[in-house]
Amino acid sequence: MQLLFTLCGLAAVGFVLLITVYLVISGIPAIQKIGLFNFLFGETWAASQDQYGILPLILTSVYGTAGAVVIGVPIGFFTAVFLAKVAPKKVANVIRPAISLLAGIPSVVYGLVGMCVLVPALRDWLNLPAGDSLLAAIIVLAVMILPSIISLSETALVAVPKEYEEASLALGATKLETYFRICAPAAKSGIAAAVVLGIGRAIGEAMAIMMVAGNVANMPSLTRSVRFLTTGISIELNYSQDGSLQRQALFSIGLVLFLFIMMINAFLNLILKREKER
Amino acid sequence: MKRKMYEIVGRILLYGCTGLTVGLLLFIIGYIIIMGVGGISWSFLTTSESVIKGTIGILPAIKNTLFVIAVSLLISLPLGVGAAVYLTEYAKNKRFVAAVEFASETLAGIPSIIYALVGVIIFCTALKLQKTLLAGSLTLVIMILPTIIRSTQESLKTVPQSYREGALGLGSGKWHMIRTVVLPSSVDGIVTGCILAVGRVIGESAVLMYTAGMSMAMQDFSIDRLSGASGATLTVALYHYAKENADFSTAFSIATVLLILTVIINFSAGFLGKKLKRS
Repeated sequence: MQLLFTLCGLAAVGFVLLITVYLVISGIPAIQKIGLFNFLFGETWAASQDQYGILPLILTSVYGTAGAVVIGVPIGFFTAVFLAKVAPKKVANVIRPAISLLAGIPSVVYGLVGMCVLVPALRDWLNLPAGDSLLAAIIVLAVMILPSIISLSETALVAVPKEYEEASLALGATKLETYFRICAPAAKSGIAAAVVLGIGRAIGEAMAIMMVAGNVANMPSLTRSVRFLTTGISIELNYSQDGSLQRQALFSIGLVLFLFIMMINAFLNLILKREKER
Repeated sequence: MKRKMYEIVGRILLYGCTGLTVGLLLFIIGYIIIMGVGGISWSFLTTSESVIKGTIGILPAIKNTLFVIAVSLLISLPLGVGAAVYLTEYAKNKRFVAAVEFASETLAGIPSIIYALVGVIIFCTALKLQKTLLAGSLTLVIMILPTIIRSTQESLKTVPQSYREGALGLGSGKWHMIRTVVLPSSVDGIVTGCILAVGRVIGESAVLMYTAGMSMAMQDFSIDRLSGASGATLTVALYHYAKENADFSTAFSIATVLLILTVIINFSAGFLGKKLKRS
């Protein structure tokens, strides 16, 4: 019996190894053919001309994620402070499940709403020929990372010892000053973890932004149609020929994305570990 | 004066941001329901798309979704519960426990588009399953495994040590103790894990789009043809209607169905978790 359970435990490790090995094996050939430098720093991605440079995709993913964090983190942080400290219990008990609902909505649904509401609105407000743009993707991503930022930051804020707050209040600070200057710094590693988790979510999202970003492999610009690392894979995966250089190049993008994610996860684990040790 | 400003600005930010979050949520839900609820009817849910009759129905997508849920849970549940039991009851080597936990966290952090690639490389191509619901389900097994492991493990940890000692003291073997004492008292965590996993499967689109196909036709689910079935689940169908057919009213109707499922799953996860715990 013990053997059976050990095998179950090993399965998770096995899957991770399997995924890593297969991604590396399938990702390497195209990089070898194209050349690592040309692949990572080439500015044109055009399968029809056999040009596979992913610099625009990398930059778009980085800018898109940064944009989503810049918008999503402050909104999420203030909402978390409100829920953890200010809101009456009854109000918080209504808002909290609502936010977990926001986390549970499938990404295609976000994509659909973005496509039908956000994209036309951006087109009209900014007088663009088409609203599918980096800006639209950033806004959708910001909304999508909100729930994880809120719930993780809230947990961190609630865990701050009551004594800190009481001491600050007794010294004459107002409640708000206490929340922002005492509680928030005391919860900073938990909030940092929330931000890193949000970055991971944003950089890995594919379907929702595929529906609003336009998917042309331009260099990133807020109002232009762009292609992310994730959508770079998803947009061509169904159309590329098995065994062609194009498909192999998609696997190579997958490998690059996988490395990005692994770095972010390692960083997240580091923060959480330090938090645990404290 | 400065302090007063701080107070005012702080309050505006707190209330404003919370208001924005809640407002966004209400807007998204309201918009989806207003746009989609009109298209939902009995025939929408119980027929398949027919060009001749000019009707649109999502029964094939519902059946495909149920199939994918059933197959992926059937494999992932024993595997995940087994791994959690091993980690909390059997494992003695701390390094090995850390390795399994790290692996599970890594699996949880991998985005679905990478799972899609892995599914295409391993299940569709290397194992020659082609684009089938089976290939999609197998890929999802890996994806939902960490959800089940974590939720089961957390609930196993809350089972009091005295239960175990009591059972062992009465002469029960280890496996007997796990089967009759430990697992029944952690059923709440296992059920919650399953519900969360079902939620992930229902919401997943990228993996299934590339590993399970996009056909909206009714599949043959008779036993000998099961492995060849290939088609769109609800989320993939939504994408298909919105992006490829530009049929937004159908897409919103599917979105409404998904939204209702999400609400049911969220609430039942919380509710059942509490209810089972008490009894």
